[in-house]
Amino acid sequence: MDRVIQFSNVSLAIGGRHILDDINIDIARGEFVAIVGPSGCGKTTLLRLLAGLAAPSSGEILLDGTPVRAPRQDVAVVFQDYGKALLPWRTASGNIALALEAMNVPRDQWPARIAELLATMGLERDGDKRPGEMSGGMQQRLQIARCLAQQPGVLLMDEPFGALDAITRQLLQDEVLALAERTGMTVFFVTHDLEEAIYLGNRVVALNASPGRVARTFPIDLPHPRDQLSTREHPTFLELRHDLFSFIKGGTGK
Amino acid sequence: MNQAAPLRQPIRAARPLPVDLRPFLLPLAVVGLAEVMALLFVPADSFSLAAPHQIAVEFARMLVDGTFLVRTLETLGAAMAGLALGGLLGLAAGVMLGLSEAADKVTSMTVEVLRPMPPTALIPLSLLVFGFGLTMEIAIVAFTTIWPVLVLGRAAVRETEPRLMEVAKVLRMSFFRRLTRIVIPGAIPRIFVAFRLAAAIALIVSVTVEIVANPRGLGYGMMLSSQALRPATAFAFLVWIAIVGWGFNRVLILVERHLFGGLQGDAR
Repeated sequence: MDRVIQFSNVSLAIGGRHILDDINIDIARGEFVAIVGPSGCGKTTLLRLLAGLAAPSSGEILLDGTPVRAPRQDVAVVFQDYGKALLPWRTASGNIALALEAMNVPRDQWPARIAELLATMGLERDGDKRPGEMSGGMQQRLQIARCLAQQPGVLLMDEPFGALDAITRQLLQDEVLALAERTGMTVFFVTHDLEEAIYLGNRVVALNASPGRVARTFPIDLPHPRDQLSTREHPTFLELRHDLFSFIKGGTGK
Repeated sequence: MNQAAPLRQPIRAARPLPVDLRPFLLPLAVVGLAEVMALLFVPADSFSLAAPHQIAVEFARMLVDGTFLVRTLETLGAAMAGLALGGLLGLAAGVMLGLSEAADKVTSMTVEVLRPMPPTALIPLSLLVFGFGLTMEIAIVAFTTIWPVLVLGRAAVRETEPRLMEVAKVLRMSFFRRLTRIVIPGAIPRIFVAFRLAAAIALIVSVTVEIVANPRGLGYGMMLSSQALRPATAFAFLVWIAIVGWGFNRVLILVERHLFGGLQGDAR
């Protein structure tokens, strides 16, 4: 398989406390992997290591065969707290411009790129609004649009819809799925919502807590494109849901 | 069924009053009382006190003949020049110390020792170095205004949203861009507050320096009239200085509201 991301024997200890222990995960190009686990299992930390925002104590993370030592521009991160990740004094367009400038996109191409990115996330009429004038869902759309400005091969999402209401969450789930399919991006999606993980992922990786370990991997054999009604009522979905819930509840699994 | 009876409030027709006059009652009463007391107890050619009407005449005279204008420009000029110098130095230092913990460790004790030094204590030394005139006044104002801008600027920079710094890291923004795109714009509303506070201090220090040592500006004008035993003139200066100080602060607040009013949640 065409491996994009490879965690090999990754461990992290901070002050004698083991956060992550011997993590091994391989992710293929274009795969949508959802990471689930109880709070405090280190799933966000795992994402931060992959983003190059922190370094493991031992082991190695390879991206396209190169060890991750620092953030890379082709790896974008969608943070959960969109309210803090956006510049409150800039408009939606200005926030996207931040990424375009960082990517050294020539200035005369900005307006076209910004319009295109806003439209991709359904914000074509909101370019002049500041984040404070936008709903939570719109702000998260904006953050995703800014990440797309990096034209990332890998998109890391840290509980991106955790703070949104149920309906907005479902809309954004479908949009992210469509986006991943269209662009062929590899998505590393951290969530504590088990159903969301099954709905979105090609694969769900369940972590144990303290120290965080890969407890089990669930391949998700559900037809694409996914649909909020039929997919969630699919026998396989219900079976997986049952397995995953009882696995997480049982702590160590069956 | 023990529902409280709805509170009935008599509805008064809102009478539109262009200006609320109540705040003016106290000063008017005080002036009136002073006028009466002066008529009763103070001789018209007193060397120590003056009646409000005498002060008003002096005030009008100096307003018309340009005395106030010239002296105010001298004082405000020195205050502004000192503020510009001290504020920029303080801002540069504050941003640097806010960004670098190491630099802050090295300098924090020095800052804490220099900061509370009374500006008046600098007058003798400043006279020695610069002599009388604009320069020595600017130097003292600058020295005094460095500190509030430094301390508040440092705090503003330190409170840059950590998540934004991570966004900058993920985007691999250069140090210069992090500074100019994230740190400074985020800190600007609070930096402006620092400048507003420093501006008020600058005016106080300017007038003080003029009273104590420097033969120019409003402070000196007041000092002269006192030494010439002309209480009405001295009082008129005092009233004018109060008006200038108030107006100055008003202007700064209006500018601040215009620039940052309701712009963002964290501007406060």
